Amino acid sequence: MYNFEFEKPSTIADAVAALGVEDAQALGGGQTLIPTLKQRLAAPSSLVSLSGIAELQGVCIEDDGSVAIGGATTHATVAHEAASSYPALAALAGQIGDPAVRNRGTIGGSIANNDPAACYPAGALGSGATIVTDKRQIGADDFFQGMFTTALEEGEIITSVRFPVPLAASYQKFLQPASRFALVGVYLARFSDGVRVAVTGASEDGVFRWSEAEQALTKEFRPDALMDLQINPMNMIGDLHGSKAYRAHLVGVMTKRAVEATL
Amino acid sequence: MPKDSGIGASSKRREDVRFLTGAGNYTDDINVHGQAYVHFLRSDIAHGRIKSIDTSAAEGMPGVVKVFTGKDFEGVGGIPCGWEVTDKHGAPMQEPAHPILAQGKVRHVGDPIAAVVADSLEQARDAAEAIDVDIEELPAVMNMKAAAQDGSTLVHDDLKNNICYDWQLGEADDAKVNEVFANAAHVTTLDLVNNRLVANPMEPRVAVAEYSRGTEDYTLYTTSQNPHVIRLLMCAFVLGLPEHKVRVVAPDVGGGFGTKIFHYAEEAFCTFAAKACNRPVKWSASRSEAFMSDAHGRDHVSTIELALDADSNFVGLRTNTYANLGAYLSTFSSSVPTWLHGTLMAGNYKTPVIQVNVKAMFTNTVPVDAYRGAGRPEATYQLERVVDKAARELGVDPIVLRRQNFVTEFPYDTPVALTYDTGDYNGTMDKLESAADLAGFAARRSASEANGKLRGLGINCYIEACGIAPSNIVGMLGARAGLYDAATVRVNATGSISVMVGAHSHGQGHETAFPQVVADMIGIDESMIEIVHGDTSKIPFGMGTYGSRSLAVCGSAMVKATEKVIDKAKKIAAHLLEASEADIELKDGQFSVAGTDKSVAWGDVTLTAYVPHNYPLEVEPGLEETAFYDPANFTFPAGAYACEVEVDPDTGQVTIEKFTAADDFGNIVNPMIVDGQVHGGIGQGIGQALLENCAYDENGQLLSASFMDYAMPRADDVPFYSVDHSSQTPCTHNPLGVKGCGEAGAIGSPPAVVNAVLDALNSGGKAIDHIDMPVSPSRVWAAMNG
Ligand SMILES: Cc1cc2nc3c(=O)[nH]c(=O)nc-3n(C[C@H](O)[C@H](O)[C@H](O)COP(=O)(O)OP(=O)(O)OC[C@H]3O[C@@H](n4cnc5c(N)ncnc54)[C@H](O)[C@@H]3O)c2cc1C
Repeated sequence: MYNFEFEKPSTIADAVAALGVEDAQALGGGQTLIPTLKQRLAAPSSLVSLSGIAELQGVCIEDDGSVAIGGATTHATVAHEAASSYPALAALAGQIGDPAVRNRGTIGGSIANNDPAACYPAGALGSGATIVTDKRQIGADDFFQGMFTTALEEGEIITSVRFPVPLAASYQKFLQPASRFALVGVYLARFSDGVRVAVTGASEDGVFRWSEAEQALTKEFRPDALMDLQINPMNMIGDLHGSKAYRAHLVGVMTKRAVEATL
Repeated sequence: MPKDSGIGASSKRREDVRFLTGAGNYTDDINVHGQAYVHFLRSDIAHGRIKSIDTSAAEGMPGVVKVFTGKDFEGVGGIPCGWEVTDKHGAPMQEPAHPILAQGKVRHVGDPIAAVVADSLEQARDAAEAIDVDIEELPAVMNMKAAAQDGSTLVHDDLKNNICYDWQLGEADDAKVNEVFANAAHVTTLDLVNNRLVANPMEPRVAVAEYSRGTEDYTLYTTSQNPHVIRLLMCAFVLGLPEHKVRVVAPDVGGGFGTKIFHYAEEAFCTFAAKACNRPVKWSASRSEAFMSDAHGRDHVSTIELALDADSNFVGLRTNTYANLGAYLSTFSSSVPTWLHGTLMAGNYKTPVIQVNVKAMFTNTVPVDAYRGAGRPEATYQLERVVDKAARELGVDPIVLRRQNFVTEFPYDTPVALTYDTGDYNGTMDKLESAADLAGFAARRSASEANGKLRGLGINCYIEACGIAPSNIVGMLGARAGLYDAATVRVNATGSISVMVGAHSHGQGHETAFPQVVADMIGIDESMIEIVHGDTSKIPFGMGTYGSRSLAVCGSAMVKATEKVIDKAKKIAAHLLEASEADIELKDGQFSVAGTDKSVAWGDVTLTAYVPHNYPLEVEPGLEETAFYDPANFTFPAGAYACEVEVDPDTGQVTIEKFTAADDFGNIVNPMIVDGQVHGGIGQGIGQALLENCAYDENGQLLSASFMDYAMPRADDVPFYSVDHSSQTPCTHNPLGVKGCGEAGAIGSPPAVVNAVLDALNSGGKAIDHIDMPVSPSRVWAAMNG
């Protein structure tokens, strides 16, 4: 690790101010950032911890029935507190990493990081969530812009993520055997006006919506509706843990399982 | 009735109290006043020529004590190899220099180029970043078969090629072997890879060295399985230090699995630097460093051919293996693909003609050396996979085929240089068949099928050779060390006992099991006996712990030393009891005169030995004896394993549903510890079979360089095991009749898993002959859809 300053503000305004310093960086649970620092792959001048800001904590139900999760809420808290309001999302949070990771890692950190194999991006995109920052509100469709790339600007903080609650939803995660991130993860959400299917782990462009599957399932919500659909392996990730073709195949299998799980 | 103490009792592991409550004392817990920290600058290039190294900026950085490069080690010895293998033409193996810090070239990602010693670790890292190294990149030598071709890029410019040795064992007459195969009714051939593994003990390697200018003594604390061997190698071959001025301590060690047997550059460096800097020097490997500097395991590419006659008798076996040694020869690397592998190719079978061929290759990868099982898993995997394939091809039951070819008469001289002293392979197979409920398999398969899963049953046998010895024979085979062990039994005046052993416990439970033996011999409570190990200033010269040797070899030395102690104590007791020594009996800690009620307690005799007032004049005071023990032969644990898997045909995911081990370890001292050793071994074997894969790309970059990409088995990857060791044929040549159990699980389990997966796929109508390990979901799916 290189040396850095450390700040732990207690309000969003103070955090935004602290992040105004050149090369300052937000610190969520540190589950991605701290290993990066230990490897000396990043050298922020200052780390601004978001864990002391009460406004960024917790799960609540908004007037319109959507579930809002504070940007610094840990995976463990979501797994627990969203269990009745949004069970599929709570289940997703409960499958991230191990207990230590879930007790430190936060939704804001995960979504800001947009790891191509992370779970929350699929949950947010699949639900059609709104990412709320200190400056604005961004729809998930606009927020995720490819591997490790998002609409966030320098110093912008995710203050909460607002999830409309679907009629039914399911996250099907096929584990990468070493990291246990998603080798392929499919988040399927069925709303009264249609079905959304978001896929993580598979694509070189990061999380994406599988629109053919969405259309087919919106028309006819049953596993067989997917029978003739195939994802093009071209843009899939091919690595040590699975070829492009294998990932493309898994997208189909996991989507089908998600449909079965919501029936 | 299970015993509650002594030999045969499942005494609780006393060392676990400190391990589990955070009271262990590991090398990284040791901090010496005034210590400096070393950080190694390691190559991120697999193969290259060092054009220049500029350390001037680094030397001026805050906190820097000294910067070292290969130049500082010119004239200092390199890391030695402990086993000289002779190739099939009688020539010695090619043995390149293995410098402490790179000289002229870097040869693998992780090869240390320079080392910075500084007041703090962060300062050392900062300074290492300021070292300017200019390396001309060379093509990386990665593929073993290509590396063996004339004209391949050389890993070592001063060698004639990349082949360390071209070795053969068994039938030397090619024509005879060809004839056996030509006349065979059936030949089964299989190409397979034994995947490269990283041992990944929980505790990474650490070294702390100090030097006293006043006494000229060195102390090295290091994460080692064999401190005396490290001291000998480092003093005699690397640094040229007087052995009596060097103390090597291996305190609590958090797992070894073979990878902490070897003498590593970092520990020699710290010892050297402690004097050069006149300050204690500490190095603790990060996990990333462990991946690129701990010796790796396995990495064989083999073709095996099995010839059978019309009655399915094995008539011939031939193997051709390329064994990866990596960039340099690690301490025992040369022995692994040869004497620890070729000799095991007979397995449990009476195949009359066997020829084993091994080309050992230098490549631009981390050195490869012994890892749990060392050579024997590689042999077992080939043999048990080809037998399984033969059974499928011939439509014979795999158990019947194996039984039919078992060695049943002992001693048995194999065609590959071993003499099995004893065994009962049908006995362990009988135990397996009932413990694994093979009769119920068909019903379990139907149940799996009803859930849309394919179920498979994999069976295999194994034999291993443990307690490698005797020294005179292994010396003839090229070992540059003896393979005996030693123990000193020091009885204290009050009757408690310290046993100083050459073996080193790094998870095996010696501190519990060894006292059980001594307690039984004397008839006192186990708690009166303490094992001392891991410090060259306290223990006699022993060879340490690896190869499942500790109880069979060091335990035997301990028995002999205890016998000497008892003999002497009987003389003292005879004097006290005014009886003849021949009439003295020792039972339950009491010396008595046979046929009388006269007796004296163990504690009275030991006190008399140290307060010799009423004492036999011809006997020396004190009660302390040492014995060295050099076994007459290896021991031969053997067994049969059964694995049941389910395969998800949609994803290729394999889950292990049931695993049964029936082992013959001879006599058992502590059944609970033996169960635990088998569990751990099977866990590692399942890791190899399903998950673990140390992979490089074609440029020599390590793809699986962290736990994000190197899949270690987790608790939920393995099933509850059923372990049976009730089939026992005691070893015929050591006093305890024990054989060793540390590696069996890792040797016997990979073929069981892979055989089971193939059985599942074939039962599902997929004619698949083989899938290389790790049998990952993507590989299974590719095989099913290939
Ligand atoms: C062993 C292990 C296993 C894991 N397994 C999984 C898994 O299965 N699935 C999965 O999805 N993830 C997994 N993760 C990642 C984990 O979920 C992390 O918590 C997450 O990626 C980052 O969240 P964090 O709060 O730790 O963020 P940090 O590491 O603190 O920060 C990550 C990045 O986000 C930025 N950031 C943090 N908070 C905010 C915010 N509120 N607004 C704007 N920017 C912010 C930081 O500046 C940094 O750039 C795993 C991690 C580990 C260590």
